[in-house]
Amino acid sequence: MSDLTELKTGEGRAKEITRRNFILGVIAGGAVVSAASYRFLSSTAHGGVFASDAGERLITLNVNGQQRRVDAMRQETLAWTLRYKLGLTGTKLGCDRAECGSCTVLIDDVPYYACSVLTHTVRGRKVVTIEGLASPSGKLHPVQQAVVDAQGFQCAFCMSGFIMSAVGYLKQNPNPTREQLAHGVSGNLCRCQDYTKILDSLMKGAEYMRRA
Amino acid sequence: MAEMTPAELEKIESLKPIPFGTGYKLIGKDYSTNDLVAKVTGRAKYAEDFRAEGMLFCRLVLSPMPHARVKRINAEKALAMPGVKGILTPDEVPGHADYINDNGTTIKADKWGELALTDHPMYQGEPILAVAAVDELTAAEAIEAIEIEMEPLPFNTDPLDSLRPGTGNAREEGNVWVREGHEAPKLKVLKWTDEDFAAEKEGKLPMGHAPDEWTYGDVDAGFKDAALVLDETFLTPDVSHQCLEPRTTMAHWQNGKLFLYTGTQSTYQTVPAIARWMHMDEDKVVFISEYTGGGFGSKITGGLTLVVPALLSKKLNAPVMMRISREEEHFIGRARPGIRGRTRVGFAKDGRITAVDMFLVSDAGSYGSNGDGAACGSITSLLYQPPAMRWRNVTVATNTPPRSAQSAPGGMQAIAIMEPILSKAARKLGIDQVELRRVNCPEGKAEYGPPNPRTGKRAYVTSCYLKQALDEGAKKFNWKERVARGPKQVGTKVRGVGVALSTYHGGSIGFDGLLVITPQGRVQIHSGIGNLGTEAVIDVHRAAAEVLNVPWDACDIIWGDTSKPMPYTCASGGSQTTHAMTRAAHAVGLECAQRLKEVAAKTLGGQPEQYEVGNLRVFRKGGGAGMSFAQAAQAAIKLGGIYDGHEANPDVHKATKDAVAALAGQGLVASAKDKYPHDGDSYSYLACFAEVETDVETGKYHITDYLAYADVGTVVHPAALGGQVLGRSTLGIAHAIGQKWVIDPQYGATVAKRFYQNRPPTILDVPVDMQWDALNIPDPETPVGARGCGEPPVGGGCASILNALSDALGDNIYQRAPVNADTILTSYEAGRPMQNPLLAHI
Ligand code: FES
Ligand code: FES
Repeated sequence: MSDLTELKTGEGRAKEITRRNFILGVIAGGAVVSAASYRFLSSTAHGGVFASDAGERLITLNVNGQQRRVDAMRQETLAWTLRYKLGLTGTKLGCDRAECGSCTVLIDDVPYYACSVLTHTVRGRKVVTIEGLASPSGKLHPVQQAVVDAQGFQCAFCMSGFIMSAVGYLKQNPNPTREQLAHGVSGNLCRCQDYTKILDSLMKGAEYMRRA
Repeated sequence: MAEMTPAELEKIESLKPIPFGTGYKLIGKDYSTNDLVAKVTGRAKYAEDFRAEGMLFCRLVLSPMPHARVKRINAEKALAMPGVKGILTPDEVPGHADYINDNGTTIKADKWGELALTDHPMYQGEPILAVAAVDELTAAEAIEAIEIEMEPLPFNTDPLDSLRPGTGNAREEGNVWVREGHEAPKLKVLKWTDEDFAAEKEGKLPMGHAPDEWTYGDVDAGFKDAALVLDETFLTPDVSHQCLEPRTTMAHWQNGKLFLYTGTQSTYQTVPAIARWMHMDEDKVVFISEYTGGGFGSKITGGLTLVVPALLSKKLNAPVMMRISREEEHFIGRARPGIRGRTRVGFAKDGRITAVDMFLVSDAGSYGSNGDGAACGSITSLLYQPPAMRWRNVTVATNTPPRSAQSAPGGMQAIAIMEPILSKAARKLGIDQVELRRVNCPEGKAEYGPPNPRTGKRAYVTSCYLKQALDEGAKKFNWKERVARGPKQVGTKVRGVGVALSTYHGGSIGFDGLLVITPQGRVQIHSGIGNLGTEAVIDVHRAAAEVLNVPWDACDIIWGDTSKPMPYTCASGGSQTTHAMTRAAHAVGLECAQRLKEVAAKTLGGQPEQYEVGNLRVFRKGGGAGMSFAQAAQAAIKLGGIYDGHEANPDVHKATKDAVAALAGQGLVASAKDKYPHDGDSYSYLACFAEVETDVETGKYHITDYLAYADVGTVVHPAALGGQVLGRSTLGIAHAIGQKWVIDPQYGATVAKRFYQNRPPTILDVPVDMQWDALNIPDPETPVGARGCGEPPVGGGCASILNALSDALGDNIYQRAPVNADTILTSYEAGRPMQNPLLAHI
């Protein structure tokens, strides 16, 4: 589906919200408004009638190899669309502000923080999330398999982000040293913090990928 | 009892490390835990991943002031906005109620306690109301339309300042928590005199009246006999827990039952907490917590704020999701209290400590007292075995976010305060650092703390092989070679090595196990443990499988949802779980084996003792008649009574009995209580080693090597233990290398509240191949021999880095942690510590 066929509704209002939302989000002093705001569309529940409605456009995204049509606001982040509109909750939100990497996905094979990418900017690009790594038959991606084999993570809230970063990095450099791979995933934070075992499992993943 | 004969000591010292898994089929072996595939494929559901039909969103409104009274709230305009569904105000939140704890004791309501929303905020960032709307943007817009009138009140964010004559108190009722007898601590006003504060001018912690105090041994004589006495002031940082998963919660009601989804450190123990906060019966609460994104002590029974979506959902008759932002997490997500300590330590010529005199000022934050100061004293007395010690402590309330236990509460601070003193002493006395720790190391059933006032006896531990861990660690780290290796300085780069001892509590007792042999022949194990990443939720049950002699792939673990039966289980805090729940699992494994033999005897004839259990069968010893687990389960259902859960094991807790009743008729239902003997208190121990390389021109440094060698009893699951040892070491290292709070004292406003301002270590802040190992010598006081290891590494992680830094740069660099490039640059040049050790939150 191309841009031309997308529905455009309430553009003016959308612009207003875009600015407000981002300013609120960025400064978010914590004084009165506790944090940035998001909206949630649950078509079954609310029938699409909202107070701060409008600004929605129907766009088509390529996610995990499938064409997915979705109503997205101009200011909507990819993480939000994936989690709340497409049901892909494997992409986690640890900070929502490009600080932790929990939301990392691949866009055209390059790792991005999905919390800081606007959904409408990824039209026509290939988005891969943690749910899209295993083969359709359920066979795990070599990096996933390595993480299972090495019990690479603890609470695993950071895990999908790390795996996506590693998979993206390994596409560029399939045979890294430990130091190189550590740099490759250094945009990801783990609070359980056994980085050594994380790195062991990702190095094993690199090896499995080379063998595959 | 704790007195050991030389022969006993010799026996302890002769014990050697044991290869993991020796003597077991499952325990001590690596395996992939049952939850891993769901985790790597993104299917694992954390709280924010649940959805419900018609779900609303709510957002909190946080206090902009550190202490204030809300005079008026006008939400008329907001409520009239389309999409806004309602607000929740402090007067709708149930107050504190008395409650009855596990032992049947009534705990009186805490009139100073925290509530989910307040009209009398005690810290900047405290939630004062919540708004629910169809989406978060609408909720945020509504919040802007709400008028809140607030009256600012006097506040104080610095504990030491609060003790100064004439300064304001954090709370109207007082500034210091005082415990009298067995009563809960009370708030009192305490101000020291100007003379008390005289020491401040020399950069030493002033020591006025301290409400908490104990002593044992002859402290004065200890100092008199000392060859060296050091008197050091040191400040440990306040550090937020910063679990990667924020404490987001979703709630909905159905047929009068509350369904609540959030991440916690205990599935079983969270239900009574919710029931207490909501003033409702426990059987009306269904709690779902399948995966938790970290806890570290801040989510032991879930955050108090989970009450907000629960109440809003009830009020609005719709499911409510409350997402918590990273910034809100800073305010409501808890933190370790910073402690400023002044400690005098006497040393004999050989490095043996002769006396310790420890004085602490702990920051309690805005709500409740805490046990960190007390733990600081007892951990010091255990880890360094001073023959005489005095401990004094003041716990001060401040208008800063509430504190809670964080991995090794008090223990981390004790070790960060004590270890640099030991390092300095070793340098002054010309003794090797490992050697000095060796002569002070606890061993066997080591005593600790002051004598019990009633019995006159000191408490003691179950076992301690820390000397072996220190020796093995030193070997593995090539300690001697590293110390001898020169030159220390090349250009502007200076190397340093450090060692630190570490310990913390490692287990509790008295909980229950519950399992079912199903008619399909599966071993279905019910777990009430929280799944916060340590894998204890699954690992401990290997003990039951081991006892039953069944293959692991025949076992299913049920966890994470209190609508499914679960046994009386400890909270996963304080490193209790591995110890407590391997005991319970062992007990229920034995109970189940016994019942299987009885079922076989009743069905096939003979006596139970003539049967044995193995390979999913119960059969006559030496061959002959037998039945599969599936057949035995079917026979158990026919027999009924104790065999199929129509009757419960009389020893178990009421909660387990209820769970057994819910499972009745579903197979062979076995329940058991841990009644194993247990002489002493369970602690775990580590020796931690680090090397750093500092650049004296830039002040930057990095950790080049790290090793932690553990004495945690039997190793149950090596990969999971490694995660705990190195993960919690790194949590400790964070306190040394960079994490702290920054608060503007003028406005009581927090400055560092996000990851980028207050960042936990990244993969680049630690060596790429940190090392760990464990003795694997079983604890003699528990059937599997295993103890917990969540807390014990934290202090050693922090202190080994501090010690490596002073080895590189000398004793005149720091008087507070963290030590950053600034600290090094300014102090190295000046030749003395340049950062004020007394000011909080700078
Ligand atoms: S959630 Fe996107 S970087 Fe943290
Ligand atoms: S495993 Fe818990 S945050 Fe990384």
